[in-house]
Amino acid sequence: MPEQPQRSMIEIKNVTRSYGAFKALDDASLTIREGEFFSLLGPSGCGKTTLLRMIAGFDNPTSGSIAVGGQPMEGIPANRRPTNMVFQSYAIFPHLNVEQNVAYGLKRLKLQGGEEKRRVEEALAQVSLTGLGKRLATELSGGQRQRVALARALVMRPKVLLLDEPLSALDKKLREQMQVELRRLQQAVGITFVLVTHDQYEALAMSDRIAVMFGGKIAQVASPKEIYQRPVNRQVADFLGGMNFVKAEIVEESGASLVVDTLGFGRIKTDKPKAFVRNGGGATLGIRPERLRVLWDNATAKFEVAGKVVERHYFGEITHLIVEIPGLEKPLSVTETNDFGADDIPVGTSIRLAYDPEALVAMAD
Amino acid sequence: MTAAAEGAPPLRMTRARRNALLQSEPVQGFALISPTFLYALILLVLPILVVIAHSFWTQHYLTIDRTFTLENYRVALTEPIYRDLLWRSLYISLTVSFFTVLLAYPIAYFISFHGGRHKSLWLFLITIPFWTSYLLRVMSWKVILGYNGVLNSGLMGLGIIDEPSTALLYNSSAVIITLTHAWAAFAILPIFVSLEKVDRTLVEAATDLGDGPLRSFLRVTLPLSAPGIISAALIVMIPTVGDYVTPKLVGGKDGVMIANAIQAQFGKAANWPLGAALSVTTMLIVSLMAGATVLIIRALQRMAR
Repeated sequence: MPEQPQRSMIEIKNVTRSYGAFKALDDASLTIREGEFFSLLGPSGCGKTTLLRMIAGFDNPTSGSIAVGGQPMEGIPANRRPTNMVFQSYAIFPHLNVEQNVAYGLKRLKLQGGEEKRRVEEALAQVSLTGLGKRLATELSGGQRQRVALARALVMRPKVLLLDEPLSALDKKLREQMQVELRRLQQAVGITFVLVTHDQYEALAMSDRIAVMFGGKIAQVASPKEIYQRPVNRQVADFLGGMNFVKAEIVEESGASLVVDTLGFGRIKTDKPKAFVRNGGGATLGIRPERLRVLWDNATAKFEVAGKVVERHYFGEITHLIVEIPGLEKPLSVTETNDFGADDIPVGTSIRLAYDPEALVAMAD
Repeated sequence: MTAAAEGAPPLRMTRARRNALLQSEPVQGFALISPTFLYALILLVLPILVVIAHSFWTQHYLTIDRTFTLENYRVALTEPIYRDLLWRSLYISLTVSFFTVLLAYPIAYFISFHGGRHKSLWLFLITIPFWTSYLLRVMSWKVILGYNGVLNSGLMGLGIIDEPSTALLYNSSAVIITLTHAWAAFAILPIFVSLEKVDRTLVEAATDLGDGPLRSFLRVTLPLSAPGIISAALIVMIPTVGDYVTPKLVGGKDGVMIANAIQAQFGKAANWPLGAALSVTTMLIVSLMAGATVLIIRALQRMAR
């Protein structure tokens, strides 16, 4: 990962957007740094698109403030903001060809001596559309339309590029290819990208940092790795892939660690996350299915738990095992690669699972 | 086997083939349009053919000489009176279409972009004038524009003019004003429909790329609603060229149009062939003008890019 520039590009301070009694966004504060690929991740209706549209200027906060590049955005209409947007539907002008679409925003600038043409060609090259300039929007595939939308925004050289679910209309293979390309493009141009998505893998794969949102509130802002490994609560943990939850009783709490009693895993000492605020005597431990490993034959591990396979789901390169552990109210789900034959473990087999206490994350109830 | 038994299979085949024919899409399509088609054929195509035939004949007092002649067309195209009437009709209909579209566009735009939940209510309100007869609506313009009319009394009451103006009624302007009002709804609807089809995100995209409200309207909304403008212009232009009632009632001497002359030939003047030739000429010129309008608006649309 390149060195992170630490200067802030977007400052969102206590922004609330209400529609009558409903709050689409509730007291959200956020700093997006210059040159980073930032994702707003959350289920539909969590307020992520509302926030993006407020940065673009299509919507205004009921209260709170937004600044872009150090400049307060209050009262500045969308057409005078240093941001450009890639719309979910791409919004390609149907009466213009590719070149005219890309040059749309430049026309107003009245660039001298072939500068406009040069910039359009440069933008088309950036998104690998060289040579398609004369095509009409109706003659383009979904992926190509997406690239036109991207080129049309990039050609304006905005301080911030806003992307509203840009990949959701593409099929899986093309989507994965575009994720890689978008990330590469962002690093090449160095512009701050703000992406709105409901697809956790998309956010994890592309972003420098992610803000996870639920019900108009920002739940956690962190790097993809931290969000995945150290989610602050069950909601965040659940939204980003599978997670096993184990009920725990806090026995001892110190500055950096917790000692808890669980029914299935016994007494465990685990790291205390910085954001952990105790709420009564209970807590929840989370462990990702792939952090539980099947112990073969007579292999042993320092930390293990025994149970019985009750279900098996085959997914090609991996197998999901559902393992019942005596004492746990919900069986654990385990993801195992098929290299060693996890796909051949019969249902009903008694097995032992190894885990690393480091992989357990404590969450307040 | 008997001969009858041998004959049976082909009979069944025929019936099967007939069923297949009746179920084929083109045949079903023709069957579906045939009542309308016959109606149009009998009441539209045949009369037009009769009119075209008449235009090549000659009237001799009470009888019609059916030898082929182009004399009627020579008169229709070269006699100054008919040429003037034709020009005036074209001028009036073009002016009416222009102003109707110009006035209808903002209304259609308002309903489409700012009508909110009440779009159908607004459209319904626009149809209200049609609840009264066209004649009554023309007469009401007489009341407004007349010597002792609403407009004159109003202007005099305000002290803007000293005596009633006679320039308001019985001229081509009166015809233009009346027709523009009468055809407004027919222009609003097609423009409204084409504005409804304009994707609102496109306007947002234009704004995002730096356009203010006026620029995004001129560069995105207006060109994308051009089909509606073309339909509106044609819907108004084609029938108004041949309008008869309006010039008769509010046009006076200066507002006479070609339809009044045609009516005179079929009526008082009793020269059906000349009336027919005038009709055919008008029809051809209207077709040409309609085609030209489409081409001009398309060219403007291309230039706007």
